[in-house]
Amino acid sequence: MADTFQLVVLGAGPGGYAAAFYAADLGMRVALVDEEKNPGGVCLYRGCIPSKALLHVAKVIDEAKHAGNWGVTFTEPKVDIDKLRGFKQGVVDKLTAGVGSIAKMRKVTFVQGRATLTGPTSMSVAGPGGTTELQFEHLILATGSHPTKIPTLSLDSPRMMDSTSGLEIPDVPKSLLVIGGGYIGLELGTVYATLGSKVSVVEMTPGLLPGADRDLVGVLEKRLKNLFASIMLNTKVVKVALANEGAGIRVTFEGDVADKEQVFDRVLVAVGRRPNSKIPGLETTKVKVAANGFIETDAQRRTAEPNIFAVGDVAGEPMLAHKASHEARVAVEVIAGHKAVFEPQAIPAVVFTDPEIAWCGMTEVQAQASGIDFEVAKFPWGALGRAITIDRPDGLTKLILEKGTGRILGVGVAGSGAGELIAEGVLAIEMGATAEDLKLVIHPHPTLSETLMESAEVFFGQSTHVYKPRRK
Amino acid sequence: MTEFKVPELGENVVGGDVMRVMVNVGDTVAHDQPVLELETDKATIEVPSTVAGTVKEVRVKKGDKIKVGAVVLTVEEGAASGNGASAQRAAKDTDQKTAKVEEKPGAPPQKSEAPAAADAKPVAEARVLSMPPRVTPEPPPAPVAAAPPPRATDGDGQRGPVAPASPAVRRLAREIGVNIDEVQGSGPAGRISQEDVKEHARRILSSVPTGVGGAASTLARATRALPDFQKWGDVERQPLSNIRRVTAEHLSYAWNAIPHVTQFDKADATAIEALRKEFKEQVAKAGGNLTVTAMLVRILATAVTRFPQFNASIDMERGELISKKYVNVGVAVDTDRGLLVPVIRNADRKNITEISIEINQLAAKARDRKLTVEEMSGGGISISNLGGIGGTYFTPIVNWPEVAILGVSRTVIEPVWNPESGRGKEPKFEPRQMLPLSLSYDHRVIDGADAMRFLRWVVEAIEQPFLLSLIG
Repeated sequence: MADTFQLVVLGAGPGGYAAAFYAADLGMRVALVDEEKNPGGVCLYRGCIPSKALLHVAKVIDEAKHAGNWGVTFTEPKVDIDKLRGFKQGVVDKLTAGVGSIAKMRKVTFVQGRATLTGPTSMSVAGPGGTTELQFEHLILATGSHPTKIPTLSLDSPRMMDSTSGLEIPDVPKSLLVIGGGYIGLELGTVYATLGSKVSVVEMTPGLLPGADRDLVGVLEKRLKNLFASIMLNTKVVKVALANEGAGIRVTFEGDVADKEQVFDRVLVAVGRRPNSKIPGLETTKVKVAANGFIETDAQRRTAEPNIFAVGDVAGEPMLAHKASHEARVAVEVIAGHKAVFEPQAIPAVVFTDPEIAWCGMTEVQAQASGIDFEVAKFPWGALGRAITIDRPDGLTKLILEKGTGRILGVGVAGSGAGELIAEGVLAIEMGATAEDLKLVIHPHPTLSETLMESAEVFFGQSTHVYKPRRK
Repeated sequence: MTEFKVPELGENVVGGDVMRVMVNVGDTVAHDQPVLELETDKATIEVPSTVAGTVKEVRVKKGDKIKVGAVVLTVEEGAASGNGASAQRAAKDTDQKTAKVEEKPGAPPQKSEAPAAADAKPVAEARVLSMPPRVTPEPPPAPVAAAPPPRATDGDGQRGPVAPASPAVRRLAREIGVNIDEVQGSGPAGRISQEDVKEHARRILSSVPTGVGGAASTLARATRALPDFQKWGDVERQPLSNIRRVTAEHLSYAWNAIPHVTQFDKADATAIEALRKEFKEQVAKAGGNLTVTAMLVRILATAVTRFPQFNASIDMERGELISKKYVNVGVAVDTDRGLLVPVIRNADRKNITEISIEINQLAAKARDRKLTVEEMSGGGISISNLGGIGGTYFTPIVNWPEVAILGVSRTVIEPVWNPESGRGKEPKFEPRQMLPLSLSYDHRVIDGADAMRFLRWVVEAIEQPFLLSLIG
């Protein structure tokens, strides 16, 4: 006998479990299907969460090293790699088990296994305990994404890693090449470099973190140049081959690099992610997959099959957990009969390097491309009390503002804790706030959040801590 | 290669649901050969081909909702087709109106490119910039579109700033059907508050002409939210069928637009009943069913030639009364899918046998979903006979743009006082078969006294069947 649910959610990442829990809260009978033992998805198992646990450790190591400048010297850190891995795994287990028990409390039926759609209202799930047939009125596809594989860069060797195996930290290699200067590559590169690896980064485009404003990236780049052995820009990897009888990997480069052939202990490929849209049995529905691999949806996240929705990485860029959760709530509200629409004005992006980079709304580059009349107000952290007290004056806060009205169109922050600061920018943009609003809001002193207020003051030529002659 | 598109199907018919596709790829189709069965708002129509040749491609399937102008088939021309050229021209026009694809400027970092990462290129986000033609201004809560709906912008500052309003205000506007972009914001930099949205809604409502169907605008309906029926027990939601939806819209409009008055009377149908029984067999042989309805159609046809204001329509906009020089009588038919009103044309020039045969044919078509829209339009006055089911009187709604409708209930035997029954005998009560009649009319066109005169005329015509032959 097949069980009938009002909603089945396929994929239990931050999109899927958010959808299932919200739907349960709204009184629906819900099943959540995933291959893992507990909900969590890439984010909790092999993405945001484990990488942040490792980056926290890296930050502690780094700060201990810098403490010498403040008159406190520690001996060289000794890293117990098994224990470190254990800490990271503990974080993952705790969070996924937590989400699993929340699912139980909400009476969401969790079905472990691999799903095959058998039509627009049914699926069969092959799990460890046998096959379960599910019938449903509505389906939300939240199947996520996987690391992009490049055929020319694949090599049958454990020394070639992707973000998933990289997070396992099999060892601390003497040398590591990170292919891809995006956020995944830079975050993992930071972890390995801090643990003691000689890390090189190779990026095909002229700069790290393509898409982010250059002035923000510049703040990070200054520090990364010290942390990494080399950063090769405008450079392509054309070949990888085993070297030293399998003990290393020989990499052939093309582009702006002198040394066209180099040998590394390990190579980490971090060149982006692809949507998991090859869902078994999807062809039994009217769901359409676009040429770029994303499932096509409308503004309500409804696919071409009216009772099926898609959210998260599989439904389009940007592939970010918080975007997925928000889409999930929209889809559930639509299923519950509300007129919800996915229409964020700002989706924050955070790169958890040290310093962090975060932005939301329009970037300066996007503002230029859009033809909007805009102004940029910047506040360098060197003038801020709080930044000096933590010895991190390397920071920049900027506002992209509509000329005339001062309406906040975009916010960018580079510096320690930027990821936490950006939330205020998102709220400001969503509320349609102006620079004047931000200026008139009292910010606590001494904190880094003052940089947002001070940037707004810069716009009016009235910043307390930056002298800028008044505009006429 | 010629495309066959859904042709104009009749007045006010914009499209329908595909019930059946009657050809396959490889079939040969001829001009006027039915290729598609389409359920439109009121009728199921067999759509004849306007092209001839071999079918190369079938672009619709059962269950699709398609509109007039949609491409159904492409055929390799066998015989040249007059419509082919214009169809192709039209196709070109619509192509230009549909989707344009725009490259997403500035990619977030997770899409960062790596050397040799040919397939990791930033994904071009397909976005529909211009709306496809003929979309309703407000998306229905549960759009069941066959075509993939337009992709929403991903919002992260991609499209330039939208109306400056907080997420909660944008949601309010959406819920009550207000386009946020049209609201004038009263706050700094034009920021839109909840009060601004409500004020805008009030303005729209007060600008709607009173009395006319506009009163039932989306806004007015949208502001009256339904309670959550689930609170009191299980409920089931089902989409309205096309016929139910159109009936609902049509009757709401008629009810709102027409100041209705209903008058009642009784006719002694003893004589006409006797005649009906007498000639039933004869009419049956001719293929008709001699019913009270058939006889009343004929009586009404004569009645409206004597009372022409009952065969008219009113044009308030131009301040004109439109009198019809033809006599068409609509007959309400109860089907399993809902109420349909086929029309007997030129009823004043047909005898009761002919009318009986025609009603038989139209009723059968209505039940088999074969009625064409043409067969249901152009009525001058309608008749609704519920006598077969029962009841005494009811208040039918005038079938706009007509101005009157006759409701017929069940004949009952009543004692009627006859002051001169039997020559030389005492006056007494006699059992007579009394037919209850309800006449609803548009009081803008018809005065009460005229309506009573009209109804009395009908009553007398029933009581004195010979009158028809005498003066009709």
